[in-house]
Formats: sequence, structure tokens, C-alpha cells
Amino acid sequence: MEVSININGTQQTHDVEPRTLLVQYIREHAGLTGTNIGCDTSSCGACSIHLNGEAVKSCTILAAQADGEEIKTIEGMADADGTLHPMQQAFMENHGLQCGYCTPGMVMAATSLLDENPNPSEEDVRLGLEGNLCRCTGYHNIVKSVLAAASV
Amino acid sequence: MTVIDNQTASNESIAAGNGVVGQRILRKEDPVLLTGEAVYTNDMVVPGALYMAVLRSPHAHATISSIDTSAALALPGVHSVYTGADMADQWAAPMPCAWPVTDDMKNPAHYPLAISKVAYVGDGVACVLAETDSIAHDAIELIDVNYDVHSAVIDLESALSDNVVIHDELGTNASYTWPLLIEENDGDCQKAIDEAAFVVSERYVQQRLIPMAMEPRAVVAMPQPFGGDMTLYSATQVPHILKVMTALTLGIPEHQLRVVCPAVGGGFGSKLDVYAEELLCVQLARTLKVPVRWNEERSENALATVHGRGQIQDIELAADADGRLTGMRVRLTADMGAYLQLVTPGIPLFGAFLYAGVYKLPKAYDFSCTGVFTTMTPTDAYRGAGRPEATYAIEHAMDALARKVGIDPLELRRRNFIPKESYPYEAFTGLVYDSGDHDKAASIAESLLDYAGLRARQDEQNIPGSTKRLGVGVSTYFEMCGLAPSRVLASLNYSAGGWESATVRVLPTSKIQVVTGTAPHGQGHETAWSMIAADRFGVDPADVDVLHSDTAIAPLGLDTYGSRSLPVGGVALTMACDKVIDKARQIAAHQMEANEEDLEFSGGTFRVAGSPDREMPLAAIAFEAFTAHNLPEGLEPNLEAQVTYDPPNFSWPFGTHMCAVEIDTETGNVELLQYVAVDDCGNKVNPLIVDGQVHGGVVQGIGQALYEEARYDDDGNLQSSTLAEYLVPAASDVPPITLGESVTPSPGNPLGVKGVGEAGTIGAAPCVMNAVVDALSGLGVQDIQMPASPLNVWNAIQQAQANHQETNQ
Amino acid sequence: MIPAQFDYVRAESAEEAISLIGQHGDEAKFIAGGHSLLPLMKLRLAQPSVLVDIGRLSDLSYIREDGDHIAIGAMTRHMDVETSDVLKQHAPLLAHAAGHVGDPQVRHRGTIGGSIAHSDSASDLPATTLAMGATYVAKGPNGTREIAAGDFFEGFLTTALAPDEMLTEIRVPKMNGAGWSFQKFNRRAQDWAIVGVAAWRNGTESGVGLVNMDSVPVLATSVSAAIASGASIEDAAAEAAAQADPTGDLNASVEYRQHLARVLTKRALTIASS
Repeated sequence: MEVSININGTQQTHDVEPRTLLVQYIREHAGLTGTNIGCDTSSCGACSIHLNGEAVKSCTILAAQADGEEIKTIEGMADADGTLHPMQQAFMENHGLQCGYCTPGMVMAATSLLDENPNPSEEDVRLGLEGNLCRCTGYHNIVKSVLAAASV
Repeated sequence: MTVIDNQTASNESIAAGNGVVGQRILRKEDPVLLTGEAVYTNDMVVPGALYMAVLRSPHAHATISSIDTSAALALPGVHSVYTGADMADQWAAPMPCAWPVTDDMKNPAHYPLAISKVAYVGDGVACVLAETDSIAHDAIELIDVNYDVHSAVIDLESALSDNVVIHDELGTNASYTWPLLIEENDGDCQKAIDEAAFVVSERYVQQRLIPMAMEPRAVVAMPQPFGGDMTLYSATQVPHILKVMTALTLGIPEHQLRVVCPAVGGGFGSKLDVYAEELLCVQLARTLKVPVRWNEERSENALATVHGRGQIQDIELAADADGRLTGMRVRLTADMGAYLQLVTPGIPLFGAFLYAGVYKLPKAYDFSCTGVFTTMTPTDAYRGAGRPEATYAIEHAMDALARKVGIDPLELRRRNFIPKESYPYEAFTGLVYDSGDHDKAASIAESLLDYAGLRARQDEQNIPGSTKRLGVGVSTYFEMCGLAPSRVLASLNYSAGGWESATVRVLPTSKIQVVTGTAPHGQGHETAWSMIAADRFGVDPADVDVLHSDTAIAPLGLDTYGSRSLPVGGVALTMACDKVIDKARQIAAHQMEANEEDLEFSGGTFRVAGSPDREMPLAAIAFEAFTAHNLPEGLEPNLEAQVTYDPPNFSWPFGTHMCAVEIDTETGNVELLQYVAVDDCGNKVNPLIVDGQVHGGVVQGIGQALYEEARYDDDGNLQSSTLAEYLVPAASDVPPITLGESVTPSPGNPLGVKGVGEAGTIGAAPCVMNAVVDALSGLGVQDIQMPASPLNVWNAIQQAQANHQETNQ
Repeated sequence: MIPAQFDYVRAESAEEAISLIGQHGDEAKFIAGGHSLLPLMKLRLAQPSVLVDIGRLSDLSYIREDGDHIAIGAMTRHMDVETSDVLKQHAPLLAHAAGHVGDPQVRHRGTIGGSIAHSDSASDLPATTLAMGATYVAKGPNGTREIAAGDFFEGFLTTALAPDEMLTEIRVPKMNGAGWSFQKFNRRAQDWAIVGVAAWRNGTESGVGLVNMDSVPVLATSVSAAIASGASIEDAAAEAAAQADPTGDLNASVEYRQHLARVLTKRALTIASS
């Protein structure tokens, strides 16, 4: 079936199997491999993207369900001139990443969190990231990064 | 919640050049990782590749009676299907175990696909190659396998009874018994126990853990059909070891094999291995002359990638009337799983030398470990590999001893510390600990936690009837890092060395290229190695590039594991830098017509002492070395040096962790209120990275203490095979971590560094469990099995209350 | 990770959805947010042959006052339930419980109707709406009917909905200032409850719903009966597990679940009574 999605401001149309997950669509059809897959139970959040401006787990949505919608992936966060999004910059400055595999999902979840709660407490940040797992950082510097981005 | 520290890093205001080591420099790895630009193995676009999917055994222990692949083969898009029997004659050797710990160790032949018998749920039975990943997965469901099912072997002690033997050809489930008896005179250990004022006998179970690196494994094998070369891309932490082992296992000429790790999303030991899927992809790509790729799914990872821990520890401490250790006996039963992977049998041996922790122990030590086969996923290295287990046992037993002696656990530890004046200290094992200041690390932690204050609060809070009990936990540790002096490895029967290689070259335009044999997968070596070279040369770290993780670019190396990269690879780099600088000095002296001894080198420029106008920058020397128009007689062109460094000793990071927990006795819930870690890893190259390593390590230790467990049912099915059941903690489940600063340089290497990758994990599990038991000991709870889940805690409280009532009747 | 093959059709109206599901028979399933169904399909534990997507039925996404109750369209997302001012005012227990479903990403997609129709007893909203005395509205080929929450949950993942019926609306009575509490006990914030308790109390009237205490969400009527007869909270909470038949799993034994139900009910009623 044909699925047409606006990805990072560009309309893309691809012929896919109905069972194609949105994350597969993004990675394999749109060729944007920044969005990672870390689990098969919607637990880890590595595949988080924005669907119509809100963080969702792209492994738990069919590409068909997103037909006609707008999505943003990690590739759409930095400016074309190379300036990082404030959240990306905050992760860099606070060492909020190590291996980087959970990072795109963390950044997408964290920006969505700040959209909904621009002045979160530390506890708000920890709870707001409950759906994103990281095995490297112990979360300490991720939380610090998000709080820093909130204060920008 | 505790306020997060406000130390921030920046690349502004930091002087480049000499002195850059020790500063909080932002990571150069980050921009590609933050923007999605990084390429992990599964991100690679490989035209014409066939996708492999592996059919895995649903039974823990069974004989394969028949396999029908016809329906799978008939599925459109399927290229081919292979069973273990189909491929049996294609292996030059079974899958490698590089650590035959004893001469009589039993090691069953282990092939990438099981040939006649499966030995764990997840054992590969057949594989499909198809045009897409989806079709490959559809096809494996169509393979019809008949099994003759045997009993699973899950329990370690009943495995040793050999009632059900897993590998018939071995005749037993015991792989080996490895003893380490250290006594001045025969019988000293028993004598110490007989004569002790206090004896503590404890049994601890190190539950099986699943490493769960966020990136599952992935493989791409790319053949060059006519040229004959083969490139293996793999999400591995050991490209060099993988290359040698793949060449040997498949009979590929090693010089025609290249191994590349693209970006690797964490490893924690689980990617320190040679896996069936790597061998299958290479072999099939070689025979079919097309690229073959495989990517692991998470629930597949839980079955097909090694697990960690899995030990029963029986520990006996003997102590005098003051609580000073006089002897120790340890009996380990270690779960090998179904087969021996790369270093499976050696993991408990790493711990064997650490059971006395940071304490003085006379030569009255009797250790023995028996490795046992079970019908579960093979175990192997997982963050700390043997050392967290040993540290847990001694630190948890020290708390038991403190309760017996009737003194504060911190005081008991202080009485037993090796005093800092004794360093370098020759331990009971004969190993020499390089440096340590345990009282300092403990004192810093004590004050950061407000230990005394918490003890006072505990007296007020833990009153009869209270449903919120406070517990305080202490743990110290010594870690054996910097793996390793090759001669020591030889004495342990390890089949490889422990050296590391570094090459440094100054390019014609004076940019510096560092080639390292370490293989980072999140640790930030590109940044840290740049800093080391920049510091040595007096240049900006941005002018240094670090090449790694590709055996064609960095042909020599022994990779990244065991907190070895900095104390071995970083030191090799330092030495290579110095070699290049020596050569540059010869060129500078020649060009400036000065004596080499009169040249000073700083800020990237050679100056003649006493003649400030006579100077030559590295850039000029680099170009001279490149053109070779005017070099000293006999000196080779170019500025390049390679060093292979074999460390003379291990390095010995140490530290103290403390924490406070509050336990809801009605539900059994453990809340971690506060966590303090003081990890002394010697000099720090980049404190920002060091802190990050400790944070992450601590949370993995907390994971073992409170959340994680690979649970099998009696039939050998893994019940926690997804991230919904295997509880990797999230941000909302752990507290912020307060770090204390203690720096005791290692005298053993020119950087004074020790290594830090595993430290946090080693200290954390015993620290948390000591706090949990501390909170509940007033209720009569003696111990709690890890993880201290609400269920386990609640059960322990119920049991203690039942015992209490029984005693009162 | 990859679901088995299926056909996908998107419904543009509830009527069309019902007609489509009727055409495709037993092997067809509705998909709304997909956060209950897709995880099962990815592990190939569910393999429907046709998915009828009802996620675009935006006319079924609403929260509005309707006399003595609040009417919530089945396609209303958890996040919208959680943040609804109407619900915060008139049915704060439900808004609060919706904030505990999954994680923020799940709440951005998952719908209240999907959660209730899937009827996993470990989910938060079936037991919560049951405790509140909700009524569910189902639409079928022959029109709509109302089903009391108490009659809806029939067994493990089975409900009173006919195969060609679709849940369209959830009606929860206004709480009229009743005290309430939602106690979710789990090991990680994102996890399903090991045991959860949704409770409200208004004088001698109360409702207590139990999460993950049986193959179906449980209404602990004996607790409410005890409260009605003037029993203390402690004594009433002691009845919490009386009507439940829990099973054991990795996180809980049967006995522990029963114990947790009593402890959490006591805590919930204490808060709801204050």
C-alpha cells in the first residue's frame, strides 16, 4: 500500500507492506537511520520520534497509521547550518550520552517533555523519561542535560 | 531529591596543549551521535545483501529428530535454508573458548548451528537467507522441527549430581575445578577458622543477569568474490580477537579478513565474544559470494547473547576478637550455561584474587571454583566479570561479621584496611597492589552521606511497629584492572596476551593521527586519546584524530574490556607520542644546529634553551620529516612511531560507596534515598568521562541489587526475555548519584592512571544490599536474595516474623 | 519485531468500521492507538489477518459533561484524559489514573477505548472505570447499546462486546467531590501494576477497583459493603482480596498479591476518606 508522510518537512511517499512499522518506514524506506530500535515490547524508547509534535514510539505504530501525518526524527532537530537543537547542545555539554544508541530517542522524548512542561523539576524529568532506557549513563547526566535545556 | 551537582564542562576557556589532561573537555564523539549521523552496523546500506534469520530451539535440552525446511524454502523471497547438519562440514574448528583454565577442563564441541542436540532455549537450529528481514522471519516460522525432549538442567547443584548429563560425550556436567590455595604452612586456613574468635559462614547467590546493551548485536559480512577478501562488520567490542578467531574457526587466511566495528551501542562484556551469527554470516557470504547480514531482536538478544554472573558463593571468614580477618575459605559453583564461550570458564578466576577486598589477610586462603554446565544461555563477561561477584561476597560477609562482632560495619572495615603507608603492598596472593588510601575514600564518602547523621536518624526511625525502615549501606572495593600483564595471563592458562598497541603519526600539515588497538563502544576514547596526545605534543585536541575499530587501519590491538583501555592502551599511546617527540627533537636539533639536550619542547614548539629566538614549531618539523630534504644522516623520513605496551602489573582502582534506603515493610518496596560513590581511579584524563562511567556503573550495580534477574522456569524457558520483564531501571527508578573526589595516582605507569569502566558496578550491588539488610536486621532478617524485589523483601520479612514467633513459643 | 502479514483497512466512520469488521469475520481486529495490540503482534502472539484502523475517527475523541456523568469518546487518548480540565473537575480519579498508563509516549497514542476493549486486567483504566461505575457504549450493526462496566469484563481478554461491535463511548458518573486515590504498585514506573487499587469514597458510599488481581478487573464490592455498614478502613480493606482470584508471576506470589491488595486498599481508602 502507498503511504505518504511528511518527514522533517519533506513529503515522502513509499509503497510498503501493511505490516511495516513506522520505525521501519523511517529507517528502511525514508533512509533515516538515526532512529534506533532497542526492543520489541515498546519498553526502551530508542525509537521515539515526534508525531504531529508529540513524542511517540515509532515501533508501536504502523506506517499506515501515520499516513498523511507529520513526523520529526532526530535528523530534523539540528538547523541546516549545523547549529544543534538546544536539547542536543545540552546533552553534549552535560555528557548526557555515552554509546549514543538511546540518545536520539532520549532527545526526542525530552523535547516533547519540555513542550508539555517547560519548567520541570528533577522528579518531573525523571518521570517524564520513564519510557526511555539507557544502559550507559545511569541517567544522572541525562537528567542534568534536560534541566539545563529547560533553563535555556 | 538531592540537588544535582553543577559542575559543567566546556571547551571554552580551556587551554589547549600541555596541561589539557585532567580537564573536563566535551566529547568529540557526540555530534554524530546526537544528530543520528552515526552509523551502527544495522544502519549500513548494503545493496544485494541477503538477510539471515535464525530458528532457535524452543526446548532447553533435546535431540533433533528431524527438520523439514521445504515450506520455508517454498516461500517467495527465500533464498536458502541451512540446518546444523547442512553446515557441519564447513567449520574448520568448533567455536572458540580461549581460556582452558585447567588442563583437564571439559569443553563440549560447540557449533554455530546445533548439529544433533540442542542445549538451551535459543540454541540455533537452522537459518534462513531471504531478500528481506521480514521474509526471513516469516520463513523460520515455517521450518518444522521434531525434537526428542530431555529434562532441563537449571539448578547448579543438581547439575553436579549428573542425574541428567547435558553433553553425553563429556559424561558429566562439571567442566572444571580450579583451586587456589594460599597458605604459609599446610592447614593454615582451617587452623584460622578453628582458632577464630568469630567465624561467618554465608551463602550468596549471584543471580544471572542479562547485559542488555541498548544496541542488540548486528552483523554484515561483505565478500569480495574475485579478490578473495572478506570484511566482517560487527557490533563487537573485540574486532582484533574476532578476526583471529574467525580466521581459525572458518579456515580463512587471516590476511584476507578484515573486521570493522561501526558505531557500537554499548557492550558491557556481552560483545566481547565470538558469536555463531558472525561465523554464519561470514561463512555463508563466502560460499554464496553475496553479502549476508543479520540483526538481533531484543527478545532474541536475551537468549542468544551471553549472560553474566550466575554463581553460588559459599564464603567463610575467620576473624580475631577485634574483627580482624585471619583466614578465608571460598567455594564457588559457577554456571557456565550450555557451552563455553570465549572466556566463560575464566570469569570466576578474576574474582579469585579479590576476595579479601581492601583488607589485610594472612596467607590462610582456600579458594576453589567448579564450573558447571546447565541448559541455559552461556554465561561470559559482564561488567566487572568475576570482580563484582567477589566484592559482593566479601563486602556482604563483612557486614555479617560486623553484626556478629557487634561493631559498626564501617569501623570493622577500618580495622581491616591495608594502611596507605604499606603501598606498594604485596597481598596474600603475591600480587602487588600499586597504591591505595582506603581511609581517605571512606572518610570522603562518610561525610558526603552524613553517615553519622543517618545512623542517628535510623535509631529514631527504626522503632518497633515502624513501617518505614531506614538502612545504611557501605561497600569498599579493590578492582584488578589494566588487563593485563601477559605473563600473568599465561599463568592462568589464558590463550592470549594483555598488551596494547598505539601508533602516532604527525601528518605533513602537522595534524596528528593516533591509531589505537582499543575498540571503544561508548567510552569516549576519541576524546580521551586526543587529549593524551594533545597534552604530550602541546597542541589542541581538535588537531588530533583517533583511528580505531578497523583491523585494516589499526591492525594490532587487543580491544576494550576489563577497564584496560586507558591503563594499557592509553599508556601505549603516551609512549608512542614520546617516541615521535624524540624523533622530532632529532630533526629540530639538526635543522637548528643545536644539541638535542639543549632543546625544550612545549606548546608544540622546540626551543633552544637560552636562545629564545631559535625555535622550530612541530608544523615545520612535520613538513621537513615529510619532504625528507634535510634530515639527520640515517634518520627515516616521516614522524611516526608504534609502541606495543605490555603492562608490568595490573592497576588497582579502589573506592568506597555508601547509600541510604528506606523500606516499606508493608509492601517490601525498597526506595534508594541517597547514593554516594568515591571511586579512586588514579589520575583522570577527562573527569567528565570518568564521572559518566561511574554513574552508569553504579546504576548497573543497583540494577543487580534491586531489579534485574534472568529467571528460568523448570523447563528451561527464559521468563524474562524482553525489556518488559527484564527490569533495566529507568531514570524514574534510580536516584541522582553524588560523587566524591579522591585521586591516588598509580605509580605503575607514566600517566598514573588505573581504569574506571567497571568500578561503579563493582561497588554498587553490595552497597545497596548491605543497606537493605541493615534496614531489616532489626526485624530478624538475616539476608535477602538479589534482586531485593518487593516480593523477595516481603517474603524475607514474613519469614523472619514466622521464625520470631516460633522462637517465642 | 516484525508482525506476520495482514491486510489493513482504514475506516472513515464508525458505521464503516463495523461493516468492515463484519465483512472480515473472526480474524479481523480493530486497531486504534495500537498500544495493546501491536506489541502482541510484533512478538507474533497475535496474528490477525485484517486490521480495521479506527484511529482516525476523530469524532470519537471528546470529553464532555452530560448531565450526571462525563462522556468520553473511545478514541480519546490517555494524555487527553489525563490533562482534561473537565475530568480533573468531575472525575479526577480517572484523569489521575490515565496519567499512570505506560509512559508519556504510550499516553500520546493509546486510547481509553482501546485499553478497555482490550480488557487486560493488568491495565489501569478497566479497573478504574469499573470502580467508578462506568457505563460503556457499544455500537454494532443493529445500533448502540449500553453495557454496565460490571457486566463488561467476562474473562481473560474477553468482553461482552460482540465480534462486530465497537466501543464508542465511556460514561463515568461525576464524582461530586468524593475523595479518591489511585495506588499503583510496580517495580519500574513504566511497568504494569503488580497490583493497583482505584478507590473513591463519599461518606458511606464507595467504589474499589483492583488492577491485576484476577483474569478480569475486579470490583471489590465486599470492601464497599463493609464501608457502607460502618466498618473501619482497616477492617474494610481486609476484605480487598476476598473476591479476587489472582495468579502468581515473576513479581508476585498469590499470597503477596492478596496482601498488596489489602495494603493498597487501606492506603487508598485512607486518602479517599480524608
